[in-house]
Amino acid sequence: MTTVHIPFLQTGTLAVGGRLLDDAERSVQSHADRPSSLTKGHRACQGCAEALAARWVMDTAVEAADGKLVVANATGCLEVFSTLYPESAWKPPWIHSLFANAAAVATGIAASLHAQGRDDVRVLAQGGDGGTVDIGLAAVSGMFERNDDVLYVCYDNQGYMNTGVQRSSATPASARTATTPAVGRSPGQAFGQGKSMVKIAMAHEIPYVASATVADLRDLEHKVRTAMSIRGARYLHVLVPCPVGWGSSSSQSIALSRAAVQSGIFPVVEARAGELTDVQRIRERADVEEYLRPQARFAHLFKPGGEDALARWRALADANIRRYDLLGERS
Amino acid sequence: MREVLEGSQAVARTVARCRPGVVCAYPISPQTHIVEALSVMARTGELAQCEYVNVESEFSAMSVSIGASAGGSRAYTATASQGLLYMAEAVYNAAGMGLPIVMTVANRAVGAPINIWNDHSDAMAMRDSGWLQLFAADNQEAADLHVIAFAAAEELGMPAMVCMDGFVLTHASDVVELPTAEQIDAFLPPYRPTQALDIQNPTTIGTMAGPESFTETKYLQHLRFLDATGVIASWSDRFREAFGREAGGLVARYDPDTLDRDRMAPPASSDDLVVVAMGSVIGTLQAALEPMRAAGIPVRLVGISSFRPFPGDALREAIGDSRHVMVIDRALELGSGGVLTGCVGRALAGTRSRLHSVVAGLGGRPILEASLQEAVRMALDGELGRLEFLDLKEGGVPTPAAGATEVAR
Repeated sequence: MTTVHIPFLQTGTLAVGGRLLDDAERSVQSHADRPSSLTKGHRACQGCAEALAARWVMDTAVEAADGKLVVANATGCLEVFSTLYPESAWKPPWIHSLFANAAAVATGIAASLHAQGRDDVRVLAQGGDGGTVDIGLAAVSGMFERNDDVLYVCYDNQGYMNTGVQRSSATPASARTATTPAVGRSPGQAFGQGKSMVKIAMAHEIPYVASATVADLRDLEHKVRTAMSIRGARYLHVLVPCPVGWGSSSSQSIALSRAAVQSGIFPVVEARAGELTDVQRIRERADVEEYLRPQARFAHLFKPGGEDALARWRALADANIRRYDLLGERS
Repeated sequence: MREVLEGSQAVARTVARCRPGVVCAYPISPQTHIVEALSVMARTGELAQCEYVNVESEFSAMSVSIGASAGGSRAYTATASQGLLYMAEAVYNAAGMGLPIVMTVANRAVGAPINIWNDHSDAMAMRDSGWLQLFAADNQEAADLHVIAFAAAEELGMPAMVCMDGFVLTHASDVVELPTAEQIDAFLPPYRPTQALDIQNPTTIGTMAGPESFTETKYLQHLRFLDATGVIASWSDRFREAFGREAGGLVARYDPDTLDRDRMAPPASSDDLVVVAMGSVIGTLQAALEPMRAAGIPVRLVGISSFRPFPGDALREAIGDSRHVMVIDRALELGSGGVLTGCVGRALAGTRSRLHSVVAGLGGRPILEASLQEAVRMALDGELGRLEFLDLKEGGVPTPAAGATEVAR
């Protein structure tokens, strides 16, 4: 009689569930009394990965803070879809001030709590890539540099989706947006532009920097929990596919996140005090096409004339794989 | 205790005695001495239980203040000029969210051309931001106004600017008597935020208001602003009772002969030319007008203490039966005239008053007593136009002659 070994993965990308785990090891979401920080009734689009990520991040942070969490939110999709007066989908104390200042508002809250002797209350700031990488970068950098006791979470959907899908400095090369149309000699976002917020955060040598995706929610949860166990400035960068902006099916958000990681396009890493401490290896290498083809914003890559751009995408993936040793070839 | 102090020191010490929980600022001339002094007090412990936060811009200074105020702390910052404009978006935001932040504005011109000296262009640019704007005539009032500003702002749930002329007041030493910490503790109620980010009572602050509710939100803000007139007057009265001196209020009246501040001074009469002014130029006017009064020239002085809310009723009462008003304006509404004149004109609408706007002291140009006296004489002789620029150099800005290496001074 032949036996087939079937691994029932309880955590990670391919997890089938947490039923075999001890209660304490299960995800926050598996508990009936989960915080539901971002609760029902909000207006996020179908398939919005930002809503999913924000729920997991906030619930984990609320649990890690023993319910004592205050949140500052930048202007953007997350703010607009959750708080149209007189409704609010947020359960924790939550403030939205402006687009560019979530990090500074969070600093103010942390300073206020510290002055009141309330260091038991924790502060989380969150925003999209526009509010973090572009217009809010000075405030984020200032908060990092001072090592203020704030966890800043960027939900990166790679563009200004709330205002109608314009280009941000987190928009990937060749992506079509409303302001980088797929026309002309070099269609879409130009190659060689944009910035890596994870590397910028690491350059500040803050206590903790990590990236994550919604394809591996246990990993996201782990990183939030790790971040919450540390004091000082912490940064978490979460890739959140946007069906509207990316021109993808609303059922594809998880699959695209996974393809981004498995192709080497989006390295999932952890760093402490500026030093890389952990890298999620590619489990089953995917071609960049698996990530690019389901997205209408890259449709021009798969038409005649798109070959060069496709080759440059493969080179980008290869460079990431080398830089972060994503295939584990060096260890 | 009466002592000789620089204006910035007087303000910093008074602010410290108001026990802010968070002080956050970014340096800009001529505000620097205030925040430098506070940073020292935060290190020495004179400013206890207070977080002093150095930030990377004025925009973040106001944003940190917003977070601190919403977090349940008394929050203070200071700025001027370009800094005030750089934080403009957050200035409006703080008012819209009803956060009683107090900010000193060390009034300075706004470029270009860049100019670090005093006028009121910066504060005037924020006149519709929803902040109370209280103007100090001298260093004593600048210090005292901060106590009143915290009290009024916190009662109203509305932020307050204390405007003091840059360099002219901030960097000038004068005799002052500062309120003691004990006096302020007895006078200023403890900070009780009307809304705060409280884990016991979670609230959502800063929601989006659509067309169905935005007008009503602004209307309520407007009604609250109308309440502010009474609240400022009330706290100024209480201040006078507690400290035995005048500070703030809505409109400052001056004795017809001594030109000393006197709230019991009679309104102007129909023969009088009334000079309306705001800020430190009031001191110059007191000196300039006193000998004119002694010579029998019918001229009166009225000061604007609260620019926002603008005290139309109190101003009309002080102007009395006079129908001849000259406004000394420290900021220019391009193509129109003085900013303050516009507000005075609106308050006097329907009174058939003759109004002169005298734009003076832009970008730190000294305002001379003799020039003010000449303007008053011309107004009384019917020779002063509706809009005049005091001591304007005819022929424009001096330019270097060909081959010259520097501008002749």
